[in-house]
Amino acid sequence: MTYIIEGATGPWEIVVGLEVHCQVISKSKLFSGASTTFGNDANSNVSLVDAAMPGMLPVINAECVRQAVKTGLGLKAKINLESVFSRKNYFYADLPQGYQISQFDKPIVGEGTIILDMPDGSTKAVGIERLHLEQDAGKSMHDQDPKYSHIDLNRSGVALMEIVSKPDIRTPEEAGAYLTKLRAIVRYLGTCDGNMNEGSMRCDANVSVRRPGAEFGTRCEIKNVNSIRFVMQAIEIEAKRQVELIEGGGEVVQQTRLYDPRAGETRAMRSKEMAHDYRYFPDPDLLPLVFDQAFVSEIEKTLPELPDEKKARFMRENGLSAYDAGVLVADQEKSEYYEVVAKGRDGKLAANWVITNLFGALNKAGVDVAESPVSAENLGKLLDLILNDTISGRIAKDVFEIMIETGDDPDKIVAEKGLTQITDTGAIETAIDEVIAANPDKVQEIRDGKDRMLGWFVGQVMKSTGGKANPGMVNQMLRDKILG
Amino acid sequence: MSSLDKETVRKIAFLSRIEVAEDALGELAGDLTRILDFIEELQEVDVEGAAPLTSVADLTLPLRKDEVTDGNIQQKVLANAPLTDAGCFVVPKVVE
Amino acid sequence: MTDLTNLTLAAARDGLAKGDYTSVELTEAHIAAMASQRDLNAFITETPEKAIEMARASDAKRAKGDVGKMEGLPIAVKDLFCTEGVQTTAASHILEGFIPQYESTVTANLFGNGAVMLGKSNLDEFAMGSANVTSYFGNVINPWKAADGKNLVPGGSSGGSAAAVAGRMALAATGTDTGGSIRQPAAFCGIVGLKPTYGRCSRWGVVAFASSLDQAGPMTRSVRDAAIMLGAMAGHDPKDSTSAPMAVPDFEAALTGDIRGMKIGIPKEYRVDGMPDEIARLWDDGVAMLRDAGASVVDISLPHTKYALPTYYIVAPAEASSNLARYDGVRFGLREVAEGDSLDDLYMKTRAAGFGKEVQRRIMIGTYVLSAGYYDAYYNKALKVRRRIYEDFANAFGTVDAVLTPTAPSAAFAIGENQDDPVKMYLNDVFTVPASLAGLPGMSLPTGLSASGLPLGLQLIGKPFDEETVLRVGGVLESAAGFTAKPAGLEG
Repeated sequence: MTYIIEGATGPWEIVVGLEVHCQVISKSKLFSGASTTFGNDANSNVSLVDAAMPGMLPVINAECVRQAVKTGLGLKAKINLESVFSRKNYFYADLPQGYQISQFDKPIVGEGTIILDMPDGSTKAVGIERLHLEQDAGKSMHDQDPKYSHIDLNRSGVALMEIVSKPDIRTPEEAGAYLTKLRAIVRYLGTCDGNMNEGSMRCDANVSVRRPGAEFGTRCEIKNVNSIRFVMQAIEIEAKRQVELIEGGGEVVQQTRLYDPRAGETRAMRSKEMAHDYRYFPDPDLLPLVFDQAFVSEIEKTLPELPDEKKARFMRENGLSAYDAGVLVADQEKSEYYEVVAKGRDGKLAANWVITNLFGALNKAGVDVAESPVSAENLGKLLDLILNDTISGRIAKDVFEIMIETGDDPDKIVAEKGLTQITDTGAIETAIDEVIAANPDKVQEIRDGKDRMLGWFVGQVMKSTGGKANPGMVNQMLRDKILG
Repeated sequence: MSSLDKETVRKIAFLSRIEVAEDALGELAGDLTRILDFIEELQEVDVEGAAPLTSVADLTLPLRKDEVTDGNIQQKVLANAPLTDAGCFVVPKVVE
Repeated sequence: MTDLTNLTLAAARDGLAKGDYTSVELTEAHIAAMASQRDLNAFITETPEKAIEMARASDAKRAKGDVGKMEGLPIAVKDLFCTEGVQTTAASHILEGFIPQYESTVTANLFGNGAVMLGKSNLDEFAMGSANVTSYFGNVINPWKAADGKNLVPGGSSGGSAAAVAGRMALAATGTDTGGSIRQPAAFCGIVGLKPTYGRCSRWGVVAFASSLDQAGPMTRSVRDAAIMLGAMAGHDPKDSTSAPMAVPDFEAALTGDIRGMKIGIPKEYRVDGMPDEIARLWDDGVAMLRDAGASVVDISLPHTKYALPTYYIVAPAEASSNLARYDGVRFGLREVAEGDSLDDLYMKTRAAGFGKEVQRRIMIGTYVLSAGYYDAYYNKALKVRRRIYEDFANAFGTVDAVLTPTAPSAAFAIGENQDDPVKMYLNDVFTVPASLAGLPGMSLPTGLSASGLPLGLQLIGKPFDEETVLRVGGVLESAAGFTAKPAGLEG
């Protein structure tokens, strides 16, 4: 899939690399024993270490190390048995130490790969450059007071994994697919909850433009975009800005920008205008992080089936298309839901119902699969009712509507509403006879060769039985009666 | 490379977030240059094959168990703060 | 001065055990000594009420048979150790009024072992200095006077601690040593100062100067006292990732007095050009004493010695520039800000007003050597030379058990000297810095007097975590040297 911006002077290609900060799931912070939970009083989940009191020292959380290794394994990446924590020095109100403990030239995880599942069912590999562990900053609140900013350090020191892609992304859609896939992977792994709107997954996008196939252009970094949709928009808008700038005789300056979704523009960040010099150096309070292959192997044993493997299995075992399998595995809960529905049933029919009907309805209602009013067990029962000819596919859709409304068991709905399919030949024959008797002219038309009218008769019979007659039987019996 | 001009000193002072009066830059540049001249001697050492020694501790990083053992000490955290409000530290408004 | 202020820790320990006096009596005597010598400015904060309270508690504890290693012994605590509820300043305006809500591991260990705190002793600001002339709270005056009566520096950075111990204001004191800050003032004040192996004492709760070098240690009036106090300070601390997970040996048991067959190295590179005769003679005398005691003395080479100071003056400021970034006027300490100032204005004004000149210089040098384009030429190069220095010692310790050198290139000098040029002051650390860079234990003990009657010290350097050998050899040297001189007025 190519994505080209047609500029006034010719075509431009975009080049994107993403830096994603994933908040690590752990009970306590990366270097202190304070809790990582959200929503507490300001500065309550803060230890003296997090507040950078004089003489306080960091001690690393083993779980955060395991989570980083686990994520690295999920990204099929190289795990570095020795890595080093460095200090990134800069002053900011929500950075109590005056430096962030991060990893610089020796990250815990090296190169890996993410396979993107594109909407057309195709796939694309995007390289992972590295994953490193670092501390999150605190929170600055600027709208509490006209003259002051308020600083809450509750988040200060929470572990982040910064996952850096190679500049392999070429379209906004690929950026979206990358984030969707990365989020799925960390959620499957249980290493990050992936909630972008709550800030537990944050994305910086490095965007540049170039003539197709030419050298990389100068990039701008768009900071802290908080939804996948906004990332895609921001890339599109930033790329257009750069093309217009270059074509207008200007030059792209490397800088940090913010995306303003309301204004639909990116703009340079004032606080980042001053050139930075982070003066990274190995943190003398911490020693090299070293573990052996056995430590990695232990973690490897705990890996769940990941989206790519699950997708392959759905295609292989259930005969699903790449697209359908991709949709189902994009979210662990969706895939688990599907597996319950499909178990012991027709996998393709199950996929159709889950994707088209269920996801359609959930989307409309704006709820997650976890909050679905229709349980996977009940949807499975509905499929059973279709498969054993208790109800027709059409009636099933009506039953499903009721299930979405009420969450009821389909067996109960069908029984209470008397929706069981009519398969009694006598009852169907009576209905057919009534329709034939009332429409002698149309019967003649069919007999004169106007076969298409047969469908009209089927419709009339279904209507008169309230849709409950078995459509196959109606068709066959009408044919027999009229055409003899 | 070890003679510092005023402009460089101004830059270092800003990176260090230390205000230096314009008329003090010259003397400071002189002091810092003397120190740099002194450490310049290292350039003559042959360090071929020497790995940088970042810590003499012959250890690897000890790992801590993931337990909540700290926090809930807002009062202690804020006890020495020059200015607080609503449980927060307070600084002049930051514009992003 | 009463006799109670003229005891060693060991003697006071015995006196308390025998019931000759109580901790309260011992403590009161020191509180009086502290008050009568305020002109020396050895303390930033005196804590007499707390001291009495701790002494009372100690006496009560002793009555129940619960006796710690330092039970009831009054000491001074360098004002770089955070002490819960007691102002801790690092001798800096930027921390003036700072009341820690926590107790450093070392002081907690000492107090857990029964030690009584008399107050917080003065130091060079953020431990950066070799003469205790950079303290925001004024310089410390050495209890020893020049022949002409001039006031002398006590050395630094643990100058207040050294002066307190030498001036009989405290039985002992904690110090910290980054490049010589325990050993050099100990030499200038005629006392014993031991910098343990890096990792022996926890750094948790000690205001950081240079994290890869900082190490706490005892400052005492005898080698045995150093052994006693180190045993009460040291130990693995899970809160300090660089703390060594090793048991604390019985250091006092190492004082066997027997060094027969031990090999003592004499590094030729320490015989620097222009070394004063009296220092050279002191060193030669020390060699002779050890030889007489049955040790074999061998010449060794530590080829990278001359690069230790420049290495140190890159590594230490680099770490300091980052360690001191937290003093920003936001969460504690001084804040300087005017109406309408930005956050950067607040930072720059606060740090300009809060840090003294030497601290500012070191922060800026540290910032410079880490900055883009200079990291490899300065910082990384220094780390590689540090490796060479470390290897020099490792090679030497392949053949010798300990190394003997002078502690400082001169006796204490007059206040005001060496202050015109920052680099001149740095040269004071020429003999102490190498062991700091290599993380090795080093002890200074007084073994003689200069021509003008001022104490001079020799330094013993040991293998990593072999403080026991340092103490054993030091004990023998102490006995042989028989240093008994005291500052004028304290001879009593």
